[in-house]
Amino acid sequence: MKYLYYPGCSLEGTSLEYDISTKILLEAVDVQLEEIEDWTCCGATAAESQSHLLSYVLPARNLALAEKMNSERQILVPCSACYLNLKKVEEVIKKDKDLLGKINAVLAEEDLVLKGDVIVKHLLDVLSNDVDIEKIKEISQNKMSGLVIAPYYGCQCLRPFTVFDDPEDPHSMDELIRATGAQPFEWDMGAQCCGASNTSTKPEAGMALVGRILKSAKGADAILTVCPMCQMNLESSQKKISHKEGIDLEIPVLFLPQFLGLAMGKTQNDVRLDLNLSDTGKLIKARV
Amino acid sequence: MGQANNKGYLEQTETIKTMIQTCIQCGTCTASCPNIEFMDITPRHMWRLLLMDHVDALFLSKSFIMCSSCYYCTLRCPRGLELTNAMSLLKQTASKLKLKQFQRSSLFYKAFLDSVKKHGRVKEIEFMTHFFISMKNPMIPFGFAPLGLKLMLKGKVRPEFPSGGSGKLTALFKKVAELEE
Ligand code: SF4
Ligand code: SF4
Repeated sequence: MKYLYYPGCSLEGTSLEYDISTKILLEAVDVQLEEIEDWTCCGATAAESQSHLLSYVLPARNLALAEKMNSERQILVPCSACYLNLKKVEEVIKKDKDLLGKINAVLAEEDLVLKGDVIVKHLLDVLSNDVDIEKIKEISQNKMSGLVIAPYYGCQCLRPFTVFDDPEDPHSMDELIRATGAQPFEWDMGAQCCGASNTSTKPEAGMALVGRILKSAKGADAILTVCPMCQMNLESSQKKISHKEGIDLEIPVLFLPQFLGLAMGKTQNDVRLDLNLSDTGKLIKARV
Repeated sequence: MGQANNKGYLEQTETIKTMIQTCIQCGTCTASCPNIEFMDITPRHMWRLLLMDHVDALFLSKSFIMCSSCYYCTLRCPRGLELTNAMSLLKQTASKLKLKQFQRSSLFYKAFLDSVKKHGRVKEIEFMTHFFISMKNPMIPFGFAPLGLKLMLKGKVRPEFPSGGSGKLTALFKKVAELEE
């Protein structure tokens, strides 16, 4: 199995451990990645609040580069914000030929053309639908049994495009968690919002949402995420929020491929647990 | 508001009005919004104001700025309206009009996009520096200092100063601006 790979800016910087653990996990389950040459930023949430056309052109440039590579027709994206931005272009140009024309008028500045024949897939979609789960089971040998793990999906891999899971009540991570011997934590916060960039621009509102999620996760041994923004929001202010709420809300937060990697015998160093901002010590003591 | 005559303002709100034309005021969007406690008017009320052309009241409110693009309202609206996109269009309009209550978010996004224009990819520390400079408020970085320091200690961001030079995506940004005029 092979995919084109769009890491996105966060995976080169603040979420390097997501990039490294994704690659190491996929290699272990026989998935090959070929990085899109000369990829650039998808516009994140910034472009859509500044300019309509720019919010399509920035992701479209990457799709056009992918098409030009004449390789695989599927792009694997680990970051949910990047995934949605790229997916949005894939979907909208099927219907809006006028917009496609405008996008191509801009891309012509770089001699690029967007035709629309690549499919954008989230890492979680690939892990839960394309990858052979038996392989994960086989290698991990129930290494994580006894642990209770809270799957956190966030918003943008589920909505507005409902591609691979229920957008209100997602469960695609359950089987992956069970494959390691652990049990999925029962909660209804998996598809709730982490506050996204509100945590930077309107901290009070952002922190309120994070606080709600952390409180609901009480009783779980760790939270798993599939998005750099969610990961950063859930990890970075645990002490501050605990202090404010007057209860200990600290909990290890890992990217899904970090957890699966550890379950499959990779070392803490392999999945770069040293880069996590939350204290993963408890989890490690319990299992690894 | 004196800016109500601005051509872009009216054109934009006309577009948004068309997007939400068939709203039946059921309130599902309001009930679904995780940021509702930080909004001064509810999403349902916003659409009503817009349909009644009370655009000034809409832009005096801070509600749309609080939207974190969770897409719950879009998912659940019984009329299938693209409400998250409507919120984004309101943010774009407020940004173009340089409305005061939107300034903080707007500068944050501008600093981010400037970094993208120049390098093609985001250099997080550079765009944060730009953001602080453009806020012209030396006290603000302290709010971010604990996280910034944590990230630096982890080697996740490197302290760098904004660099000059022609930008990687300048041509694309220029063309977009031309087409959107
Ligand atoms: S959910 Fe849709 S129809 Fe109902 S009030 Fe909101 S916008 Fe109107
Ligand atoms: S998309 Fe925005 S307005 Fe709609 S429910 Fe989410 S936060 Fe509220």
